[in-house]
Amino acid sequence: MVAAILELLFDDCFLTVPDEKRIGNKNMKRLLVYMKGYEKECILGPLFKLLEAGFDLTVPVVTAAIIDYGIANRDRDYIIRYGGMLVLLAIVGLACSITAQYFAAKAAVGFAARLRHALFAHVESLSFAEIDQVGTSTLITRMTSDINQVQSGVNMALRLFLRSPFIVFGAMVCAFFYDVKAALVFVVVIPLLALVIFGIMGVSMPLYKKVQGALDKVLGSTRENLTGVRVIRAFHREKEEEEEFCAENDFLAKSQLFVGKISALTNPVTYVMINLALVALLWIGGVRIDAGTLSQGQIIALINYLSQILVELVKLANTIVLSNKALACANRIESVMEIQSSLEISMEREDGLQEEGGKGQVVFDNVSMRYQGALEPSLEGVTFTAEKGQTIGIIGGTGSGKSTLVHLIPRFYDVSEGCVKVDGKDVRSYGLEELRSKIGIVMQKAVLFKGTIRDNLLWGNENASEEELREALELSQSMEFVEKKENGIQSFVEQGGRNLSGGQRQRLTIARALVRKPEILIFDDSTSALDYATDAKLRSGLKSLSYSPTIFMVSQRTSSIRHADQIIVLEDGEVIGIGKHDELLKNCQVYKEIHQSQYQDEKERKEA
Amino acid sequence: MKSQKETIRKILVYIRHYWWLILGSLFCAAVSVVFTLYLPILTGYAVDVMIERGRVDFVVLKELLIKMAVIILITGAAQWLMNVANNRITYLVVRDIRRDAFHKLQKLPLKYLDVHPSGDLVSRIIADVDQFADGLLMGFTQAFTGILTILGTLIFMLRMNVWITLVVVLVTPLSFFVAAFIAKKTHVMFQRQSEARGEQTGLIDEMIGNQQVVQAYGHEKKALQRFDEVNKRLEGYSLRATFFSSITNPATRFVNNLVYAGVGISGAFFAIHGRLSVGTLSCFLSYANQYTKPFNEISGVITELQNAVTCAGRVFELMEEQEEIEDAVTGGKIENATGAMEIEHVDFSYVPEKPLIQDLNLSVKPGQRVAIVGPTGCGKTTIINLIMRFYDVNRGAIKMDGKDIRSLSRENLRSQYGMVLQETWLKDGTVLENILFGRKDAAREEAIEAAKLSHAHSFIKRLPQGYDTIVKENGENLSQGQRQLLSITRVILCKPSILILDEATSSIDTRTEMQIQSAFQKLMEGRTSFIVAHRLSTIQSADIILVMKDGQIIEQGSHKELLAKKGFYANLYMSQFAG
Repeated sequence: MVAAILELLFDDCFLTVPDEKRIGNKNMKRLLVYMKGYEKECILGPLFKLLEAGFDLTVPVVTAAIIDYGIANRDRDYIIRYGGMLVLLAIVGLACSITAQYFAAKAAVGFAARLRHALFAHVESLSFAEIDQVGTSTLITRMTSDINQVQSGVNMALRLFLRSPFIVFGAMVCAFFYDVKAALVFVVVIPLLALVIFGIMGVSMPLYKKVQGALDKVLGSTRENLTGVRVIRAFHREKEEEEEFCAENDFLAKSQLFVGKISALTNPVTYVMINLALVALLWIGGVRIDAGTLSQGQIIALINYLSQILVELVKLANTIVLSNKALACANRIESVMEIQSSLEISMEREDGLQEEGGKGQVVFDNVSMRYQGALEPSLEGVTFTAEKGQTIGIIGGTGSGKSTLVHLIPRFYDVSEGCVKVDGKDVRSYGLEELRSKIGIVMQKAVLFKGTIRDNLLWGNENASEEELREALELSQSMEFVEKKENGIQSFVEQGGRNLSGGQRQRLTIARALVRKPEILIFDDSTSALDYATDAKLRSGLKSLSYSPTIFMVSQRTSSIRHADQIIVLEDGEVIGIGKHDELLKNCQVYKEIHQSQYQDEKERKEA
Repeated sequence: MKSQKETIRKILVYIRHYWWLILGSLFCAAVSVVFTLYLPILTGYAVDVMIERGRVDFVVLKELLIKMAVIILITGAAQWLMNVANNRITYLVVRDIRRDAFHKLQKLPLKYLDVHPSGDLVSRIIADVDQFADGLLMGFTQAFTGILTILGTLIFMLRMNVWITLVVVLVTPLSFFVAAFIAKKTHVMFQRQSEARGEQTGLIDEMIGNQQVVQAYGHEKKALQRFDEVNKRLEGYSLRATFFSSITNPATRFVNNLVYAGVGISGAFFAIHGRLSVGTLSCFLSYANQYTKPFNEISGVITELQNAVTCAGRVFELMEEQEEIEDAVTGGKIENATGAMEIEHVDFSYVPEKPLIQDLNLSVKPGQRVAIVGPTGCGKTTIINLIMRFYDVNRGAIKMDGKDIRSLSRENLRSQYGMVLQETWLKDGTVLENILFGRKDAAREEAIEAAKLSHAHSFIKRLPQGYDTIVKENGENLSQGQRQLLSITRVILCKPSILILDEATSSIDTRTEMQIQSAFQKLMEGRTSFIVAHRLSTIQSADIILVMKDGQIIEQGSHKELLAKKGFYANLYMSQFAG
């Protein structure tokens, strides 16, 4: 009996630490919605588990009977009958517990699948502002490992949360049936054990958090050392780096040893307590047997109950640690679910309003934009009008707000002040899908998806004809390399477009935008990966488009935008110049500087 | 197998330092197991002296109980000491391994580090070592006590009754078969589950990672459809894997219950014939109750230990990589290099099959500015790698002030250079610490002086804590240009003889670059400098321009000379400003 306790206590579950201590019942409740439809499983699972526990509690009773009647009366039939009952109990117990496991697994897995679906759908509905804030990698963790944690937490909770307390109290109740005085041992030892187990857990858990922090430091140092290897070696700082690492490493070991000493107390202390309780039980048992109120078989049953209690208390403690962890994950998931898309707040639809200026007109009316949590606005007081078919160049240094400006047109973000109008209507009065279907955007980062080149192009317009796809490829200067591929347009693109070069990827993303034949075409600093000749061909091609879209061209190079109808010069989020190339050269100092930094030698070259 | 043995041997070398702890731990384990097993026997004796009303021997009972109490206390103490010793061994061994692994990192050549993703190396030193620690700790605590418990139980049982022992020994293996059977069946399901999980994670990664594009093209619904399809499959696999694997516990518990019933019945029969006391039967029952547990645990420990050995193997693999060639200081020490560099008949390639640099020759006089240009992958950065001696040449020699750089210590050689790279690497720490990185003995005033020279002072002043502002790891509180200015300041403080600028301004916009440019100009005054750049405008003032293509220097000369030549450089230059 005691060895069983010993083994169980070695369980290393104590080493796992929940990230957050608070048990957020309120938050969990909202996630429980996804449990709907699994009520049956949630009730039946624990119920069968309780049945099994009931059988477990019956075993000592049967054993006691065998000893007190079977052996005492030398009754072979009785022994066989009751022995058979033990086997039967084992079989029924097995059946019950397998049933319970099935229901628990079904509910947990089903819950997790629904939660994943809901979370994915929710995240997809979030706007850029929210995603920027939370971070993509965090969202991915929530959707994968956090949900997995919750799944196993639910699975375990359904199986163990009722069972363990049930056995602990059941054993105590059974003890009362046998002998009230002997049962008092249980009454004393159970709370004491619980106190010790949970007390040590309570003390060591925050310490484990510190250990985790120390480990993170060690990890950080290692990573830093590797990423900075050239600089570190150039400045021959290897020794100092090593000293620093050793200090952190030693600190980690020290904190591990410290917390280890405390949590190493759990096993011995509980062992000593439960067995001293055994000693007390035997003494009281001796007195009661001497008085004739207790039998030998019954004292053996009581001993058996005592050992069951410790086993279950330890299990319960582990269950709590694990579910704490799962709850922390659930809370994190919940906090993502709670994020509202800031774009949901739409304005009244202005269906009745006349579209002024024709399709493709974009108006910025005193627009300011401040990212959430940012101190300074990224755009301030931007006002201009882009007429249909015009090309608008946008230029400025890094961080001047160029991308922010164009991201407001498809409403990736909302303005903080002023308004952006497309076709004469505030972008906030459109349905998102309706608005974005008017726009083709080529991002700075050339992103392609797993699938064929054709699949990727069809993102722009599902119903595009082969002819239209060809046109887009031609115009984006992609045809030459697509044709060279074995399967042409049906060639496979690996995830992230790994099997294509940066320039090829970029050209395909341009083609994707062109397939859409949008009213508004946006290039977000996306032509810098193209060499000059391609860039020039692309630009002249764009001019000849039959549907003459309004084009926004963000760039760092004056050469890419010098022929634009309007050039907007941004600095620190403010428009400091607007006009044509030649005008700006005359009256915009910053534009002149940018131009000169790229062309300072153009004159020189001409002279040469 | 052999490599596993080899790994185990290496682990033992580390553990050997703590032999006295191991001895102590083993001793405590033995004490605690023997006493733990002895306790049920004493309990049995105690039960045997309390037969029925009026037939309880309180004298013996008292004696027994006192004995039990003493044993219990000793066992508790032994357990605690054992746990503490095991913790000590594990965490100290882990500390030692990490320390040595990190030391090794400092010695590994860039040849190795450049081709091995840093994430992989970090995971070896952190995650693998952690996994190894878990396995080691579990191995220590469970394997030894487990085996001891099994053997001890067997011996104690055999001494009490051979036949009942036989019942236990015969039925117990059933639980292994059951467990092994289930494990085999579930393995396939777990594999499917993890495949589906992988597929789903890939999809999430793709769709959420590129949400901007997904939303821009209104692709949300389609993405959700694809997600649901995978999700449904995952749910099916997951259910089966979770359910079948969760049968293991009930099944082994079932076998255990059978053992219990067998012992109960056979024990009762022996008791009827008076060949077994009720107390001994109770002792048997409690042994039977847990006899299979150490078996199950040991099988768990074995997997865990195997895992630990594999992880340790990965760390040791790293620790046995070939180190950089030791410094062979035969050329003495250069105090302050004049800045003269010679590259003589140098051949070099990263992989033997792909020759890169062949018969490269170059002579640089003190104070000259050398610019290296050419298309991507032509070997520009390779030359920097060679003169810094991040890599060694395959043939020929590179000389500084007439001395082969291989005859100098790396520290001596590298302290002659000041290097600014495209990737601005800053340390976790304050701005000041970062500036002092190259010369930590320099005073704060010197650092500020250097920052003024590099034009960094004006923005540092405006930071929340000035020079004591913490630079975040990913540098989010500083702009790219500011980070670059800090790395330039870092170099200025060192007052190097030779300057190396490897694409130092290519990630900065051109206007900011112009501002930094003046810092560079000051830095380069009177110093030999090597400048790698793809923007031609930044290198026109160089004394020598090396035009590289496919590892060869195809043209060499000043800007004007090269333009007049109307060769590769002239072409490159014109194409940048065509139209």
